[in-house]
Amino acid sequence: MIAARLPVQRPSNAKVLIVDGQGNIEHQARSEFADLLRPGDVVVANDAATLPASLFGQHSRTGRRIEVRLAGRDSLDEIRQFSAVVFGEGDFRTPTEDRSKPPALKSGDRLELGHLRGIVVRLLNHPRFILLQFEGSLREIWEGLARHGRPIQYAHVQTPLAVWDTWTPIAGPPVAFEPPSAGFALDWSMLASMSARKIRFGTITHAAGLSSTGDPELDALLPLPEPYRISRSTALMIKHAQTSRRRIIAIGTTVARALEHTALMFNGVVPPGERLATQRLDASSKLRIVDAILSGTHERGTSHHELLRAFVDDETLGRIDHELNTCDYRTHEFGDSVFLERAANKTRPPAESPVAA
Amino acid sequence: MNIHHKAIDSIPSPLRPLLASADDHLSKPFTDVRVAITGGTSGLGLSLVRELLDRGAKVAFVARSRNRVECVVQELPAAHGIVGDLSRKGDIHPITMQIVGALGGLDVLINNASDLGPIPLQLLADTECEDLERTLATNLLGPFRLTKVMLGSLAASAREGRGAVVVNVSSDAAVNAYPRWGAYGASKAALLHLSRIWDEELSLEGVRVISIDPGDMDTPLHAAAVPDADRSTLKRPEVAARELADTVAAVLSRRTSDSEAIVREVIR
Repeated sequence: MIAARLPVQRPSNAKVLIVDGQGNIEHQARSEFADLLRPGDVVVANDAATLPASLFGQHSRTGRRIEVRLAGRDSLDEIRQFSAVVFGEGDFRTPTEDRSKPPALKSGDRLELGHLRGIVVRLLNHPRFILLQFEGSLREIWEGLARHGRPIQYAHVQTPLAVWDTWTPIAGPPVAFEPPSAGFALDWSMLASMSARKIRFGTITHAAGLSSTGDPELDALLPLPEPYRISRSTALMIKHAQTSRRRIIAIGTTVARALEHTALMFNGVVPPGERLATQRLDASSKLRIVDAILSGTHERGTSHHELLRAFVDDETLGRIDHELNTCDYRTHEFGDSVFLERAANKTRPPAESPVAA
Repeated sequence: MNIHHKAIDSIPSPLRPLLASADDHLSKPFTDVRVAITGGTSGLGLSLVRELLDRGAKVAFVARSRNRVECVVQELPAAHGIVGDLSRKGDIHPITMQIVGALGGLDVLINNASDLGPIPLQLLADTECEDLERTLATNLLGPFRLTKVMLGSLAASAREGRGAVVVNVSSDAAVNAYPRWGAYGASKAALLHLSRIWDEELSLEGVRVISIDPGDMDTPLHAAAVPDADRSTLKRPEVAARELADTVAAVLSRRTSDSEAIVREVIR
């Protein structure tokens, strides 16, 4: 695949590779994605806006330059305390695996990040992975993040990203650390055409986390636990789809992770509420909720690629990878997409009696 | 106060007897409603911050001057004050992030911040291009950009049955051609038309966009425009704020009912 190097969310030539439940592969313009949907389908997207979670500054004890990338939090409302990955001098132009290391970090170290002041509460079992606590009022923290933070960025996009490059058209609460980029495919016109065809649209809010740290030990931990909230209206749509045997379509891996996490907790039903997704989806996962997924084109070995194994078997995934490579699909957050229907042999367990949502 | 909208009859106006006598009904819809107000440190904006806090809303406000934002926060600590300039593209996302982050979402956006144009007011032929650009940036582009970035939050509120309303504060200069009000009048006319089109387009999402002319008020903006005006003839901004809040309350009540009907349809 080819890295998508320009921060254009909906390029006119964006493609989607389609795999139906029997493993048949087709290609289509992504702008016609809504044509893949059927009346009665429920489409669920992640409406998280992306925090500018890359904070440059200084490690006070040594005076050395650092970059802090916020990585996780316990709840969507938490704004004072984050888990974070720390890099040494340099920026996104250097691939993460080649970045210089930060100074040795210790509990109690102070970090000066623009107007933000933080303290290392403790290391999280890795010399570059910390629990960071911001000082000051909530208003000061919000302003510091909004004014000083930059979007987390990787070397394949070589010009600095603006915040608006990372917000989907439906972006709402600023809780994600990297963009829920499958949602880049959506626009308001597409949502209107879906509505006209009686295709239901709902959102969850999921704090999408880091996709890479450049450190094999840390990358092995991804995805980190991620808080998410399922709204009342979305829970109702899902309940209705379950009882009427309509399809539930996830826009992005975060939606699949959240809905399946809740279904695992509540025996196949999806009540509204906020929870912390801790599980991984992979070949061993039995999907209970999501019938199909629109996702990016992921490289083998990544956690996102592993998640697709919950939808299709390895033989089909091999053919998908081959098609993506031979047809010059573009990858990463501004790249092309895949639309996978859950394979017939990845059957949903017998439906439990839905409880009131 | 005038509501500039083709569907004015569909909005229960606070000026009508039916709702004017229903104070309780009008004041309750703001409990825990999340409201953002631009230009919130003086005039109508400051009065709206006070009025909506009194009615139980969660309020964030935006203004350019840090000192004035700090003063208002000191007076009204329940309000979340944000320093930002709506006329600057680069400020829009930081402002949005702070509003939605602090309030946990957004139900009502009041685009109140306004730029009068050249002071003293000038004939259009004497208006510098830069003055017109600045006026359009504050009065038209700013509300457009802020509303666009907030749409995800507003549409989510509408789906949840909370109601979602955008109020663009207008003027009679938007519909009448007053000499020397060219920059301001043209910007407000464009904002009025933007509101009408957006209201049509967003009805599907359950987001209501209305344009309200609060009338001639005793505010710093009016004093700058008409320095020798008889202030006793002007409406007090707190009166205009109360009227505007009543109108938004009526729209919120209506939209909430509509959204609940949609939810009922989903589960049928």
